[in-house]
Amino acid sequence: MAQIFHRSTNFLSRFSIFGSVFFLAILLWLFYDLEASPYTTQQTIAREQPVQFSHAHHVGAIGIDCRYCHTSVEKAAFAGIPPTKTCMNCHSQIWAQSPYLEPVRESFRTDKSLEWTRVNDLPNFVYFDHSIHVNKGVGCETCHGRVDQMPLMYQAASLQMKWCLECHRHPERYLRPKEEVFTMGWRPPVEQAVLGERLKREYHVRDRVVLESCSTCHR
Amino acid sequence: MTGKVHRATIYLGAIALISACGCRQEMYDQPKYRPLQKSDFFADQRASRPLVEGTVARGTLASAPVPAAGAPSAEELRTTMPVPLTRELLARGRQRFEIFCTPCHDRTGGGGGMVVRRGYRPPPSLHIERLRDAPIGHFYDVITRGLGAMPDYAQQIPPEDRWAIAAYVRALQLSQRAALADVPEPERRSLKERK
Repeated sequence: MAQIFHRSTNFLSRFSIFGSVFFLAILLWLFYDLEASPYTTQQTIAREQPVQFSHAHHVGAIGIDCRYCHTSVEKAAFAGIPPTKTCMNCHSQIWAQSPYLEPVRESFRTDKSLEWTRVNDLPNFVYFDHSIHVNKGVGCETCHGRVDQMPLMYQAASLQMKWCLECHRHPERYLRPKEEVFTMGWRPPVEQAVLGERLKREYHVRDRVVLESCSTCHR
Repeated sequence: MTGKVHRATIYLGAIALISACGCRQEMYDQPKYRPLQKSDFFADQRASRPLVEGTVARGTLASAPVPAAGAPSAEELRTTMPVPLTRELLARGRQRFEIFCTPCHDRTGGGGGMVVRRGYRPPPSLHIERLRDAPIGHFYDVITRGLGAMPDYAQQIPPEDRWAIAAYVRALQLSQRAALADVPEPERRSLKERK
């Protein structure tokens, strides 16, 4: 009886067995890369908003402090989105006729909330508290990036768990003096490694075991 | 044999049915609201409810007595603060002044802040005689209720910080009219050298 498969098919079968391993590896790698890409995390993608509010203008050019609008950032988990009244503090007189700001004026007239699109949206089942970070010397910029250079708001970090852990494992690499938390573009006056270690002690930042514990963030 | 298989299928089916009853999303869809979330329950769709008028936060009654409705605020005429004046209070006042007041009043209180330079009606300098003579409660009151072109800051600045800012405004006023004799001896010399 004649052989069904020619001898050369031996090579093909071996090749496909080895090849499938590589194929699977590439598939996994693709999946992993896709998971970490802005396609999934929305990192660096500016969102559509009801008003084209520019942090670059208000923070960078005018120099308004973060806390003027985000009033609860120092004492609450939620940093706070300002009520329309805060916009109107200035815009009752400045750019008061601008069509760009009509949604703001309308909201103020009708007492209906402006519906902003959330930009930095953490995944589900994560507990995050702004106040503890701000009060222990984590700068706004460390997570939110150079907000003073963002005409339209985007998410500067991936907000993935490995990104959180990078700082929870080595807070000394990111800490800054409390007075500089709201400063944009701050550079450490001495080497960060030295300063970070000192601040970590001074501010009683918890040790790695606590910061890395599951229930610190998932509670 | 077939009877056994039959029975096993029934058991398995029952187990599958019972466990399917457990497939609910209650932990995922928790009956709670996150800050500023949209709500279908309230007419204005706000899950974060506006405060009832006259609400006083716990622990702030001493620094923020509620004035009787319609009556002029008692704060306006106060010449002393209801909170102790400390170095920390002044530092806090300075920090809060620089967050909330400098956009218009500028860091010295002169009234040439960035927002004024962009066209907002300029405030009077904090160093004019009328404001130097005003009781400290006046500044608290203006922050709370606004005055003229200045909107109120009641929502943005809690009562204790208002007193801190009022105290710092006093310090600013002193600083702009300080004589050389007011400066402590060591600093005085360095000031002269700089001249």
